[in-house]
Amino acid sequence: MKLSATSVTARYPGQSVPALDGVSMEVPSGTLYAVLGPNGSGKSTLMKAMLGTVPLVSGAIAIDGRPLGEWTRKELARKVGAVGQQEAVAFPITVRELVAMGRYPHLGPLRPVRPEDRRAIDAALERCDAIRLADREVGTLSGGEFQRVRVARALAQEPRALILDEPTASLDIRHEMEILRLLRRSADEGITVLLITHHLNLAARFADRLLLMSCGQVAAEGSAEEVLVEETLERVYGWPVSVRADPETGTPRITPKS
Amino acid sequence: MRRGVLLPGALLGLGTVVVAILAVRFGSSPFSNAQFLELLSGGGSEWDRYVLWEIRVPRMLMGILVGGGLALAGAVFQALLRNPLAEPYILGISGGAAAGAVGVLALGLASVTSWFLPAAAFGGALIAIALVFGVASSADRRLDVRVLLLSGVVVGAFFSACIALILALSDAPTMREAILWMMGSLSGASWRTVAIVAAYTLPAALLLLTLARSLNVMAIGEETASYLGTEVEQTKRVAYGVASLIAAAGVAFSGVIGFVGLVVPHTVRLLTGPDHRTLLPLSFVAGAGFLVLADLGARTLLSPTEIPIGVITAFVGVPFFLILLRRSLRA
Repeated sequence: MKLSATSVTARYPGQSVPALDGVSMEVPSGTLYAVLGPNGSGKSTLMKAMLGTVPLVSGAIAIDGRPLGEWTRKELARKVGAVGQQEAVAFPITVRELVAMGRYPHLGPLRPVRPEDRRAIDAALERCDAIRLADREVGTLSGGEFQRVRVARALAQEPRALILDEPTASLDIRHEMEILRLLRRSADEGITVLLITHHLNLAARFADRLLLMSCGQVAAEGSAEEVLVEETLERVYGWPVSVRADPETGTPRITPKS
Repeated sequence: MRRGVLLPGALLGLGTVVVAILAVRFGSSPFSNAQFLELLSGGGSEWDRYVLWEIRVPRMLMGILVGGGLALAGAVFQALLRNPLAEPYILGISGGAAAGAVGVLALGLASVTSWFLPAAAFGGALIAIALVFGVASSADRRLDVRVLLLSGVVVGAFFSACIALILALSDAPTMREAILWMMGSLSGASWRTVAIVAAYTLPAALLLLTLARSLNVMAIGEETASYLGTEVEQTKRVAYGVASLIAAAGVAFSGVIGFVGLVVPHTVRLLTGPDHRTLLPLSFVAGAGFLVLADLGARTLLSPTEIPIGVITAFVGVPFFLILLRRSLRA
């Protein structure tokens, strides 16, 4: 399922500078598309704009070729799973119950959970290697486990696209790699994945295409080799870097200079 | 489902039924078992029949409606605010509702058995909500629940002062009446007022039950809820409005009764888990039993003196509140 943004401008109330300033983006079906950029460059706002939770000043967003405004929230949630940056659970709840909420858009207010819902929940838990966590209280999970469970909830929606805001922030390398491999596999199976991340090297390695943002605008877009260029990165991040091909993977590897 | 729902649910229902039967048998002049059975089969003296059918039964039914309604409203506010301390009394909503009701009574716009009284109380409740949320959200664009609860308590205190003032200025000012409004009492219940409260409470409660699944999702966060397909703003408006209406309908005829909406949903959540599809109906059932029991205590503990029912719910609720507050500050 294709996601696209055309000249999108968005501004938070009370802010003079727009958070997004004429951003255009095409995420082809079944690709892993990484959005990069410094803190405050508009990555999270772009995600919220794609999901319709930030009002646009101008521009257009289309999901599967259909303008975002024509989707109801429920319709959208049946096609697009999203994992926001943070989430705190206020009441004790088990992993299975949390993942089961991914079925919400498929259920009416009163319709009971069907076997196909249970199958989707189990499949999502399985894919995120979270089956053995199913009966745990969410509050007792480690950071990495909780992120896996949140991704599982998005997969339980059985979406055609996934949008994730820094799902690997504060995870150790093993959990980080597990999530990225899961996203890569999802993309290979045809799910469009829009991944917001700070990890340039991992984006270079796993993503099909990259978008680099700076001050609410697109600084560069294309393959890892096209986007991760020393001059561009130094300009956008304001720090000298060197870019070399990683001997292990062959993809660009960015090292900040000291 | 993680915890069994059937057994705790059945026990809560059974407990409420038992409490309801005890509540009509006992009172300042309890019936003997023989008398009680005779009354139930249509016999007994005219006076005893009057006490049972015109005083105790309506009062018990009022306890069921008001207690169930307050507990249900508390469960809904807790889901919307993602905080176990939220409750109609703590949020100042009950205070606003009572001031609305007392206001129209003092102005002579409604009688104490008027169909219009809950609507006036609802108006007061909406003013209280606007004040509480206005103050809390001016502090910071992101709503801090602790600030919200603090402004709820202050707004509640303000409305208590308004009630005291209105009653002091009105024609027949009695301190008893003020205590009734500020500490609550089911003593005014009649078949007519029970019917009025039922007409407001029961449809509203059914509507809230249809929101149970949305509340499950809202309870894990508004951002996530909207990603999962909830119309967040619309759900909030409906849920806040309907829950406030339920609280207001009870307050209009029985005054401000605090902490039912805190103690009951919390206990039910411990017993059967956080799923609102069970939490909401069981909170109603348990809240009904809790308030009828509190009223039985209010009538009999210091008989013939009747303790305001809010005193009893506060004696139970305040320690509860403090424990929950300590826990949420530590987290």
